[in-house]
Amino acid sequence: MDNTCPLSELETGETAIVQDLRGGYGFRSRLAVLGFTPGVKITMLQNLSHGPIIVNLRDTRIALGRGEAKRVLVKLNRKGK
Amino acid sequence: MTESEGKLIRVALAGQPNVGKSTVFNLLTGLNQHVGNWPGKTIEQKVGTCHYKDWTFSVIDLPGTYSLTANSPEELIAREYIIKEKPDVVVVIVDAAALERNLYLVSELLPLSVPVIIGLNMIDVAQQQGVKIESHVLEAALGVSVVPMVATKGQGMRELLVRIQDVICDGAEYTPNAPDIRADHKDVLERIESLINDHVPPEYPRTWVALKILEGDKQLTEMMCLRLPKETWDEVYSIIKQHEDACVAVASGRYAWIARMIRAAIVKPRAGPILLTDRLDRWATHPLWGLLILAGILALTFWLTYAIGTPLQELIDVYVVGTVAHLVTMALATAPSWVTGLIVDGAINGVGTVLTFFPILLIFFAMLGILEDVGYMARAAYVMDRFMHLMGLHGKSFLPLFLGFGCNVPSVLGTRVIESERARLLTILIAPLVPCTARMAVVAFLAPAFFTAPTIVTWGLLALSLLVLMLSGLFINKVVFKGEHLAFIMELPLYHLPNWRTITLSIWQRLLSFLRKAGTIILAVSVIVWALSALPGGDIETSFMARFGRLLEPVGRLIGLDWRMMVALLTSFIAKENAIATLGVLFGAGDSEAGLAAILRTTLTPAAALAFLVIQMLFIPCVATVAAIKQETNSWHWTTVSVVFLLVVSLVGGVLTYQIASLLAH
Repeated sequence: MDNTCPLSELETGETAIVQDLRGGYGFRSRLAVLGFTPGVKITMLQNLSHGPIIVNLRDTRIALGRGEAKRVLVKLNRKGK
Repeated sequence: MTESEGKLIRVALAGQPNVGKSTVFNLLTGLNQHVGNWPGKTIEQKVGTCHYKDWTFSVIDLPGTYSLTANSPEELIAREYIIKEKPDVVVVIVDAAALERNLYLVSELLPLSVPVIIGLNMIDVAQQQGVKIESHVLEAALGVSVVPMVATKGQGMRELLVRIQDVICDGAEYTPNAPDIRADHKDVLERIESLINDHVPPEYPRTWVALKILEGDKQLTEMMCLRLPKETWDEVYSIIKQHEDACVAVASGRYAWIARMIRAAIVKPRAGPILLTDRLDRWATHPLWGLLILAGILALTFWLTYAIGTPLQELIDVYVVGTVAHLVTMALATAPSWVTGLIVDGAINGVGTVLTFFPILLIFFAMLGILEDVGYMARAAYVMDRFMHLMGLHGKSFLPLFLGFGCNVPSVLGTRVIESERARLLTILIAPLVPCTARMAVVAFLAPAFFTAPTIVTWGLLALSLLVLMLSGLFINKVVFKGEHLAFIMELPLYHLPNWRTITLSIWQRLLSFLRKAGTIILAVSVIVWALSALPGGDIETSFMARFGRLLEPVGRLIGLDWRMMVALLTSFIAKENAIATLGVLFGAGDSEAGLAAILRTTLTPAAALAFLVIQMLFIPCVATVAAIKQETNSWHWTTVSVVFLLVVSLVGGVLTYQIASLLAH
């Protein structure tokens, strides 16, 4: 398996590529509009162990609830893991 | 067409949130604007006019939206306006510092049959980040006018108006390069289009409707479901079912198109500089520092309220209202007493109530305006989100609700900062449960009169209010909004220096609309309540109000309260602190508060007193708040729901408190 994981597991400062969105139509549509489309680069700006996270993609900072972040699948370029 | 005579051009201003759209609107229209609501919505509608040479521009500010898919009422309003009202030009304001994401809205607007002009705003911010944009290259790629601008410095407005005129005069030359559809969806799309072909209402572009249906747009899907013959619809439906992933694929397609459009026009540095926003956010969104910063800002707001607002309120009350009342009383010395009563105790008192709200509203609106304009509001929402989730709300509801501790009126009016209409409505409905200073003043007077440990009682009442607030939030969310989970997705905009013009205008408009809409309701109710408590005999003991209070005595018995306490609750509708004055009159204690406390101690049992305080905390808010609720929800229906809900909650709370406390006392 490649290193695909939910966005919520990215650590602060890590960068990944968006793979897929899971969930209902409204949710996927809203995120896709904001630029969460497969292939786009995404950087985790803040991920505490609980509560919402903050990411940067397409020059925009976006806060996402933890539940929402779990439904965004990303592919990680983490070295040595 | 004849160009010599003055012409009216209808301009719709579109744009994503946080792109400086309202700054552009304010620059164009100045004070020639009118703020209202979109029909049947709690969403603000701003229209204004401006003149350039002999042309008149009528500008309408569409709600800020990320796209034109009907994911929210705002998006629906924006797109319905463009499709049905067909403005002459749509000006889209885009943020040059986040061009890709901003052009998404443009990619949705181009296929509609209204000419588009792009206002490329914040080019100074983009430059600071080392981003260079060749606007004429972008213009050539998109086939629409692109006007570079720095709205905060007023640059680019004249150019924008000139380009709007050009588009109107040379309409034929408008040939936008609308986004093409990805090859893998082309066949499906053509199939849908041929199926719906004859049934699309004429004002809707057919290809666009087909694409939106494929994307899963609820509103258009329902519209076509009703219009198509059953077998055709079944076929369309089965196609949609097979392509459920299309919304992401279509969005990807638009972003791929955007990437092609801007490739030649934009030069970005390989590694962007560390922005001021990122450095500030290390503090503002920090789990500990973020909370402390927020607490500091709130402390400052309340300090300003007490240091400036309250004294100003008293000055207005004593010198302005008091003097006017005195002069009018003298002038009416020979008039019958009911005339003096009506004018002085009814009308002037009512106007005075409206006026005394101004200092507090001014401070709260200024604070909200500044926090919103500099970009801090989203950070406060982020920090508070975890806590607000407990009542089915988002972080954005926190600030307006918190202002309620000062006064519920700005709290309700402040819900405008919440983008989602549903979250805004929910916040408005529970906002009156935040105990304001006036309610706390009544508690501060009555609690020491009855209880040996008034501090504990006061804190207990406060905790009870917040508990009821939380439960009501959960309840309304579940029952009224069917417990629909609201995803927390929020942009954190770049910080920027406050734009005083935008802030002052927003304060001015909010004050003005409060005066116009809420002011009349407050005035009317003040006069009515005066009449009820003074007629027919001239004193409150024999008034209609007292008779009504006696009628309520059976209810009162459940709570251990006699009619005088019920009347006190009724008169608190004008202003919460009236409860004490009314009790003073009804118990014959006059103006002596100590005397009243002593009398109350002998008439009421502690259980009844506690029940009275509980009701008082949860009761219908004052008339100013109700008027604000009417103003913001723009609906008597929701205003009534709010009043009835609070009435039931407070009475149930009172009965339970009295019965339980009586049991415990025995």
